[in-house]
Amino acid sequence: MGETPETTALDRPAAEAPSFRDPATGEVRQETMIINMGPQHPSTHGVLRLVLELDGETVIRCKPVIGYLHTGIEKNTEYRTWMQGVTYVTRADYLSPFFNELAYCLGVERLLGVEAPARATLIRVLVCELNRITSHLVWLATSGLELGAVSVMLYGFREREVIMEIFEALTGLRMNHAYIRIGGVVMDLPDDGPQKIRRLLDLLPGRIDEYETLLHDNPIWRERNEGVGVLSGEQALALGVTGPALRATGIGADLRKDIPYCGYESFDFDVPVRSEGDAYARYVVRLAEMRESLRIARQALERIVETPGPVMIDDPKVGWPPRLSVGPDGIGNDPAYLRHIMEESMEALIHHFKMVTQGVEVPAGEVYSAVESPRGELGYLIVSDGGHRPYRVKIRDPSFVNLQALPAIIEGYLVADTVASVASLDPVLGGVDR
Amino acid sequence: MNADGLAGRIGGRVPDVLVARGEVTAIVEREHLLETLAWLRDQPDLALDFLASVTATHWLDADPAFWVDYELRSLPHKHRARVKVGLREGDAHLPSVTPMFPTADWHERETFDFYGIVFDGHPDLTRILLPDDWQGYPLRKDESLGGVPTWFHGATMPPVDERGMA
Amino acid sequence: MPVERLEGVNLGRTPEEVEEEVERGVLLTTLDRAVGWARKQSMWPATFGLACCAIEMMSSGAGQYDLSRWGMELFRASPRQSDLLIVSGRVSQKMAPPLRRIYDQMPEPRWVIAMGVCASAGGMFTNYAVVQGVDTIVPVDVYVPGCPPKPEMLMYGILKLQEKVRTSEPFR
Repeated sequence: MGETPETTALDRPAAEAPSFRDPATGEVRQETMIINMGPQHPSTHGVLRLVLELDGETVIRCKPVIGYLHTGIEKNTEYRTWMQGVTYVTRADYLSPFFNELAYCLGVERLLGVEAPARATLIRVLVCELNRITSHLVWLATSGLELGAVSVMLYGFREREVIMEIFEALTGLRMNHAYIRIGGVVMDLPDDGPQKIRRLLDLLPGRIDEYETLLHDNPIWRERNEGVGVLSGEQALALGVTGPALRATGIGADLRKDIPYCGYESFDFDVPVRSEGDAYARYVVRLAEMRESLRIARQALERIVETPGPVMIDDPKVGWPPRLSVGPDGIGNDPAYLRHIMEESMEALIHHFKMVTQGVEVPAGEVYSAVESPRGELGYLIVSDGGHRPYRVKIRDPSFVNLQALPAIIEGYLVADTVASVASLDPVLGGVDR
Repeated sequence: MNADGLAGRIGGRVPDVLVARGEVTAIVEREHLLETLAWLRDQPDLALDFLASVTATHWLDADPAFWVDYELRSLPHKHRARVKVGLREGDAHLPSVTPMFPTADWHERETFDFYGIVFDGHPDLTRILLPDDWQGYPLRKDESLGGVPTWFHGATMPPVDERGMA
Repeated sequence: MPVERLEGVNLGRTPEEVEEEVERGVLLTTLDRAVGWARKQSMWPATFGLACCAIEMMSSGAGQYDLSRWGMELFRASPRQSDLLIVSGRVSQKMAPPLRRIYDQMPEPRWVIAMGVCASAGGMFTNYAVVQGVDTIVPVDVYVPGCPPKPEMLMYGILKLQEKVRTSEPFR
């Protein structure tokens, strides 16, 4: 199991597939079966539909059908202000919301010609790397579950809960945060934030060691993943695959090193690369990436502690005016700020009103800003016509492009390997369909 | 290569090149699209061999009405460039780049799905994100957002595109 | 069953009706209660996670917020073997027919929880692509708002549904 059989069904042209003459009607019938996997399926990682043509247990042809989660996010952003766009794009790839927000905000800031303060950039790096870890944890949990390793699901979500608590303390929400906004981040770290994050960073390496102990040399895990879903480097580049799936084929392209953003060139980290190109290699790359993210997060945290300052840009035309804080009932406007705009300063009230209802005014132009999300190159093409609303926001989602590689890694293998291959590509259908 | 160097190098072949905010954009006619992309990929110092994204923008009552946008990236040299093609309203078709860049397959299907732009020579130009029997091309600027009013007890609130704010 | 009628006790019904009801009521009430309790104790949800709410649903089934406390950790893949459909996430126009088909395949008794604002009412996506509330497609028992609702909110919704199931008439 897991190896391509000697003479695969692909060696025979489809017309010569085993056929027989139906005794009842006399017509010649092929023996291939066309079955439908999804969209509701426990193992397709979301609402993905796969139409498979099978010859026995071998997949001859695979056609992915997507669009079952199409939400019209791109059209919706054209009818909302620039700042409200953050809440829309954060729900595209819902497992890496901070990356969506970061790419969008970097793009808009480039159109505006402004830069977020240093402390805000460091906080952005910190939360993004923590998000990378949570995204890989969900991948590990669901892949394990789909392949039958149910305890990996529970362990993965256990670690994720620890990080979710940090996110809740920082942003007020566990998912879809709208924390990274145009001009910086919307709230500073709480006072006990660095200490909590340090405790988390001390806890995680041991837990990742646990996963390795559980899975790395596990004979069942290796049998189901080694040699399954092999993607070569040229295939990957031609199909536009990026992220861990590309780095598992031997090509070490990572936007954080190639075209750095947010000061990544000053951080000390490695980019794990493997050369086999199978599902096991992708697994190893992602586990190693979790460790590298911990390294970056630790460095970012130390720098945050040493870099006091504002977390939102000072420019009155750009910066988000309300000051938010976490109160007893969750995140909300800071009482001191409310007192200022309601009682002390009329100009501040008017400014608050204008910025919240109309928002920033972005000069006309277009910009393509890309970050390295847990799944690959997440790019935003942002077009502005000089108004208060985006003119066009195109989300180049890595899962959308990586899914094009599905036929290449599924055809020729067994049906049971389909699950392992799809899981190892880590598609998030929210990003695929937007 | 930095943006200005790239612009100078590409400008030798493509007359319409501009640099804005650190990004290089080359504007070509649809007849020269394939040869320009091939040239950009084959020059050893440009090596723009990775097509990141294909999309379009619709400008209502403007000429050209559609701008089709190709984002390119060079993996060996680590720089980016963009190629744009302008299309007129009733004449929205252009050659498909799928033979050169197989990754463009789904990108072009999505652009067709949203805007109705036909890519000649595409292996399977059908709708990808919307249901197969959907009428219309939703991301065009003359199509409405399509929302319904929000109902409360005794009152409704119009959908986003009809609220008349800002 | 002999009934002792108390003089002067006014039940608002004629004596014959009371006798009939008492004869019927004692047996059925206990059975009602037993069946309602059994149904709520081990409801099996169908896997219908669509978008971000699905991740929170998975979190509520995982170790920290354990759905297994109520016998629900077993998410059945086949709708024919499940009682509860938790529609978690935005339902696009393309997904609406499969949703209805899954609901139709579930045997009765079946319940539906609309988890999140997108399932309840379309959420922030009032546009061409999202069904504005799954109650236009399937009958919903409990709506759990939130974007996404925390696992504790989903558990509150599930407990409310369990109350509803426990106190409903099973044989009507």
